[in-house]
Amino acid sequence: MASQYKTSAWNRISRNIADRLASSLAVLSTLIVITPLIVIFGYLLYKGASSLNLAFFTNIPKPVGEMGGGMANAIVGSAVLLGIGSAIGVPIGIAAGIFLAEFGQGGRLANIIRFTADVLNGVPSIVMGIAIYSLIVLPQRHFSAFAGGVALGIMMIPTITRTTEEMLLMVPHSIREAALGLGVPNWRSVLSVSLRTASPGVITGCMLAFARVAGETAPLLFTAFGNQFWSVAVNQPIAALPLQIYVYANSPYDEWHRLAWAGALVLISLIVISVSLVRYVTSRGVLKGAN
Amino acid sequence: MGVGIQVENLNAWYGTNHTLLDINLHIPANQCTALIGPSGCGKSTFVRCLNRMHETNPIAKVTGKVQMGETDIYGDTSPVEIRRRIGMVFQRPNPFPTMSIYDNVASGLRLNGFGNRRVLDEVVERSLKNAALWDEVKSDLKKKSGASLSGGQQQRLCIARALAVDPEVLLMDEPASALDPVSTAKIEDLIFQLKSQYTIVIVTHNMQQAARVAERTGFFLNGKLVEFDTTHKIFTNPGDKRTEDYITGRFG
Repeated sequence: MASQYKTSAWNRISRNIADRLASSLAVLSTLIVITPLIVIFGYLLYKGASSLNLAFFTNIPKPVGEMGGGMANAIVGSAVLLGIGSAIGVPIGIAAGIFLAEFGQGGRLANIIRFTADVLNGVPSIVMGIAIYSLIVLPQRHFSAFAGGVALGIMMIPTITRTTEEMLLMVPHSIREAALGLGVPNWRSVLSVSLRTASPGVITGCMLAFARVAGETAPLLFTAFGNQFWSVAVNQPIAALPLQIYVYANSPYDEWHRLAWAGALVLISLIVISVSLVRYVTSRGVLKGAN
Repeated sequence: MGVGIQVENLNAWYGTNHTLLDINLHIPANQCTALIGPSGCGKSTFVRCLNRMHETNPIAKVTGKVQMGETDIYGDTSPVEIRRRIGMVFQRPNPFPTMSIYDNVASGLRLNGFGNRRVLDEVVERSLKNAALWDEVKSDLKKKSGASLSGGQQQRLCIARALAVDPEVLLMDEPASALDPVSTAKIEDLIFQLKSQYTIVIVTHNMQQAARVAERTGFFLNGKLVEFDTTHKIFTNPGDKRTEDYITGRFG
């Protein structure tokens, strides 16, 4: 006997059209999202690639009027700042996320922390710079790489905390029970089982936070300040790629404009490279069939 | 060797819901004891009270006395220590997905800070052999994730993982209910072999399974232990009308 739910021809045609429509909308949205990325990168290549040479990576900036010069100190400076920032932001961010997901559930303290993290995420980066300026730079009476690193680190925390929390909450309850049932202490189960199971997502959160602050200029204006000379000292002003780009792009000199374009290209490339590197390293240990 | 468990006046709650009422029974050493009853009758809660997993739920409460050999389970001994001595296998296979087969079996010892490689190698091999899984996985112990195995293999992996910490009692909460008949048969064979070394308590929905594997059977209904006797007596000549109704399929 034929099914009583037999559909008409029109039914089937309209269903097909709806299906095609939904798929094309999804493809269209993807294109709209990635187009600016490709356009920006292409434009940077067009404007900046011609100024890229070995000197760009080995020299420090030349005084106004002299040709050439590079951003070696800014590249190293950015690495130092991001190193300090990650050293502060990643452990604190992950620890706070663990607290929210595993220990503070529904508690008053957890709600306060969650709210604070969300507000912190929305604080304009220039405000972060001013805050660190008054908290660290003013008492010390000088700009420093440390102050810049702290500003970046604090900006990383909310993203890392919230992703860590979300990822830990997605770890199935049965996995935690398995660990507890084996007589594993709770703290050990949280670190070695829950966090490990959630680690791909947690790493993504750290990378998002890293990539976001890597391009920040505003929080560094009053903290790291920038430096035309070689310096990797933590208690001295330090150069950073975004700062250098900002200064050069605002200058009236064509030579500096070209260097600013090259700097922007290098900054984006370095972010892409470091994120891919972390992904590669962390994916090497993944086992066959692990989900 | 396994030890017996003596339960006296055990009561358990989830919030205000009184799920176990005055349970008294003796689980003999080195035998398999089956607990049957309809869904929600409290049999899972009961086994979770034996290794203090019940209290991991923040709204759960328990009173009464549980004695395992010389140890008072709700006495001074920490719940972590108790759970090391009373292993548990859950209804759904729950291997650690990020760990290899080897690491899954070794996890109970490793996560308690035990790291001697040679001993771990031995324990992993012995546990997987005891769980009748060794031949199927020995070639890719460290290459494959525990989650890549089939459902039945995963459950035997979880049994191996529980055996690796060398417990005295093994609790199995419907270990075969998510498995196909072939895998179920393997688990039942396993229970037969494990009885010589461990005391086994198995919760099951499947009455034939209880009849096949257990020396003693308890029938739970609405949070009460209605009847507890030898499996033979329960299935051939039950003392309580409700037990008879249940095993003959008149309800539940």
